[in-house]
Amino acid sequence: MIIGLDVGGTYTDVVLLSSKGIENKVKVLTDPSNLFASVLSGFTQILGTTDPCAIKRVVISTTLTTNALVQQEMGPIGMIVSAGPGIDPKFFCTGEHYYAVSGSINHRGREKAPVNKMEIEDIGKRLKKAGIKYVGVVSKFSVRNPSHEILIKRILNKDFKKIFLGHHVSGNLNFPRRIATTHLNAAVFDLHKSFFEAVKKSLAEKGLTIPIQILKADGGTMSLESSMDFPGQTVLSGPAASIMGAIPYAPANQDAIVLDIGGTTTDIAFLVDKAPLLEPLGIQRGQYKSLIRSLRTDSKGIGGDSALRVNQGELSIGPDRQGPAMAFGGPVPTPTDALVVLELMDKGDPEKARAGIHTIAGQLDLSDIDAADHIFKKCCNIILKKTFEMIDELNSQPVYTVHDFLEGYKLSPRQILMLGGPAKFFAEKIEALYQIKTIAVPESEVANAIGAALARTTCEVSLIADTEQGIVTAHEEDFAEPISKTYSEDDLIETAYTLLKEKALNSGANPENLEEVEVVEFQKFNIVRNFSPRGKIYRAKIQLKPGLIKGFETILH
Amino acid sequence: MLKALNKTGLVFFPAFDWAIDPTHPEREERLLYTQDQVLEEGIFDIPGIIEYKPDLVTAHDIQRTHFCVPDEPSVTTESHLISAGGAKAIANAVMNKEVKNGFALVRPPGHHSMRVSHGGRGFCHINMEAIMVEYIRTQFGVKKIAIIDTDCHHGDGTNDIFWHDPDVLFISLHQDGRTMYPGTGFPGELGGPNAKGSNLNIPLPPGTSTEGYLYVIRNCVMPILAEFKPDIVVNSAGQDNHYTDPLTNMNFSAQGYAKLTSLLKPDIAVLEGGYAIEGALPYVNLGIILAMAGLDYSGVVEPDYNPEKLKQSVSITDKIKKTTDQINAYWQQRHELREKSGKPGELIIRHKEVFYDTDNIFERQKEKIWICRDCGGSFEIDSKATPGNHILGVHIPINACKACQEKGYDFFERADKTKYDRIYLQDRPKDQYEIK
Repeated sequence: MIIGLDVGGTYTDVVLLSSKGIENKVKVLTDPSNLFASVLSGFTQILGTTDPCAIKRVVISTTLTTNALVQQEMGPIGMIVSAGPGIDPKFFCTGEHYYAVSGSINHRGREKAPVNKMEIEDIGKRLKKAGIKYVGVVSKFSVRNPSHEILIKRILNKDFKKIFLGHHVSGNLNFPRRIATTHLNAAVFDLHKSFFEAVKKSLAEKGLTIPIQILKADGGTMSLESSMDFPGQTVLSGPAASIMGAIPYAPANQDAIVLDIGGTTTDIAFLVDKAPLLEPLGIQRGQYKSLIRSLRTDSKGIGGDSALRVNQGELSIGPDRQGPAMAFGGPVPTPTDALVVLELMDKGDPEKARAGIHTIAGQLDLSDIDAADHIFKKCCNIILKKTFEMIDELNSQPVYTVHDFLEGYKLSPRQILMLGGPAKFFAEKIEALYQIKTIAVPESEVANAIGAALARTTCEVSLIADTEQGIVTAHEEDFAEPISKTYSEDDLIETAYTLLKEKALNSGANPENLEEVEVVEFQKFNIVRNFSPRGKIYRAKIQLKPGLIKGFETILH
Repeated sequence: MLKALNKTGLVFFPAFDWAIDPTHPEREERLLYTQDQVLEEGIFDIPGIIEYKPDLVTAHDIQRTHFCVPDEPSVTTESHLISAGGAKAIANAVMNKEVKNGFALVRPPGHHSMRVSHGGRGFCHINMEAIMVEYIRTQFGVKKIAIIDTDCHHGDGTNDIFWHDPDVLFISLHQDGRTMYPGTGFPGELGGPNAKGSNLNIPLPPGTSTEGYLYVIRNCVMPILAEFKPDIVVNSAGQDNHYTDPLTNMNFSAQGYAKLTSLLKPDIAVLEGGYAIEGALPYVNLGIILAMAGLDYSGVVEPDYNPEKLKQSVSITDKIKKTTDQINAYWQQRHELREKSGKPGELIIRHKEVFYDTDNIFERQKEKIWICRDCGGSFEIDSKATPGNHILGVHIPINACKACQEKGYDFFERADKTKYDRIYLQDRPKDQYEIK
């Protein structure tokens, strides 16, 4: 049996799945000031009288790091960055204790200026004096040559608890994001470590001694052990959990939209043949941009509890939430009240809901029923408009080859999967309004926990082979090997598969679930100098796609 | 926080799957390291910098500028259409005021392509800037446009296309044609009889450094632009003046290119040549992007940059000053020069030979134009390519006066079909293209 647990902002959802289906589901209120208690209470309630030995897998998704990031509650971190030519690294400052140092590596990974050992030792002393325990080291182009980061770590190693290196974060190029991501990993490390050690201990006391899996923002899992090096990857795993929960109901060989209607926001994501779309580089939310692999989601500030207002005869919905719907004792009318008035939802106090909608109806000069219907339609329109904008944006993404320009994939979803409390009502309305097949995902109120329970391990490996310099590297994996002039693209792909498999197994993947490998990028270039060929550059990126573990999909139907 | 002072649009189309041939300078690898640098710097994350997908130019877009012989598909590949489409996408973004300025980092280049195109010359098949300029004029009704070509090679294609156009000021700065392909672009090449002085060619001696280059910009290009008052400034941003370029002999730097851009303030920049793909392009392109966005570019310095080693000699400085004075004098005399070039109604004939080095074609042209004081004047070009076709192209300029419009139709109707493989009419006022 499997347990999936997702700590959300309001509720902590837990499911117990067996090969027969959902054995048990539990919802407990989340206590934001004590997430540990919420997790523990979730486990206690779901286990009930079940024998802990029957549990073969546990996956946890929490808002722990997301909260720390949002509330800026992170410990002081020493950051050492070396930039070389380009934009002044002071713009990427992560706070106090940020040092830009000498040393430079170019785009081919060649050293252009050395590390100054004395400069680093001096900074080390100052950081130590300031009581810093964790340090992040990032150099520009370290994914092409990490030697400066490694050297700096070696100089500082004995004086600090843990040193985080930029090239381990991702194989992607983006120096500012590498700095932000390395900083995040270092900054949430202590919090993440103490939290999960406590969880592990408590679960062990309950007799649950199997390895714990943790959900990442890309909808995949990693083992507790590997999460210690990249705790930042757990940021925004919540929305990912829900989207993964929709996958069992997604059509094969087709594109689909996932809409998760919450209290204040609606999350929007896309599936292509049951696999969710990923951000090209990593999580971004407003100004915050990282290299953390993530599902491509966006949210619109509209949900069941959005505040309704009328300004100059125009209805506005959200983006704020003043409290629950009036039907549930809230202060202002909301879309949920409209659903109650329309007699779609038979929960809450219909009198209170009608009173709220009545004030809106008066301002709009409509009957209560017409006003409620108007509100409902407008919600659907706003959500769908945002969704179509996202599709347009996705389809107008720049491409860099003639081939991709002419034959690039165009996203054209034919189906919507809806999650969240009011999913059922919205699904019917949207299908009627837009003539697009729309289904409410069954067990939608715990789809997030189901998504967490069934998510498989994901990972990505980036490789570069340079036959002129005679080396193939995947610095993210601390991998470098000499190659001959005859090294081919097949050799590279073979190396990539080997590395990916190793990485996946180290992250706790079940060997049964290693088939969904996909070459995400492949490029090949002739290196020519003075009109004669000098070698070839091959670049490849392969990934284990986000998706569900085998053997459980059908149980949900 | 890093934020672009000017909203800047970028099209990046490195055509990673297109080359003239595998070891040709114009090959897949050319913008690879530039892309690496731009991505590593996080350029597309900077608020105010917007990446656009290239458009695709249509045959009709090309027909405003070129007589492609025998037709557009024979002269172009998809890559050319996307490259020119990149410039068009930036033009749309700038003209619709989505951004203040924009830079199309595209390949293959285009500035050696002339009005008649029988094939490839100087790595170019169709002229991206010219196609974009004609698109802007038709679509947005812009009248006066300046094109400043800072590629190290004479922009002879663009020069040819706007040779008779008094409303397009074309200024090319390049390494002296006696030492460099295509061997043209001398100060005396000032444009056709109706447009003398609206084409300015500024040859620079080999070894010109940042100092000399910026001297010309400050003392010649900027004052002339101030007088011409263009509605739009386009920069053909070739990057082969760089001190490490394998095909040229100049001593310009990334800092120099960035300064040049911040002085010139182009509305639209379009990448042309530049073949020091590892040591120069990543830094030069980064410098230009930052300068266009109004961001600090002082840290964009090549790792091996040594300004002392690149200093230009006193004799070079003197030569540049002399050329600058001469160009300024021509500019001041442009109205008299037009008066002197002939009387209204007089027919002027020009003979020209063009060699297409990329495709090995030789072309002979005979061009006829009447002197007109009211517009650029309609003209016809009789062009015979070996190997290739014999064609006649008639061009009626976009701002043609009524008499010249009629003259253009007269050329076209009178043309003898038995003499030519094809006869083309480029009617810019009506935005039409006819073939007989």
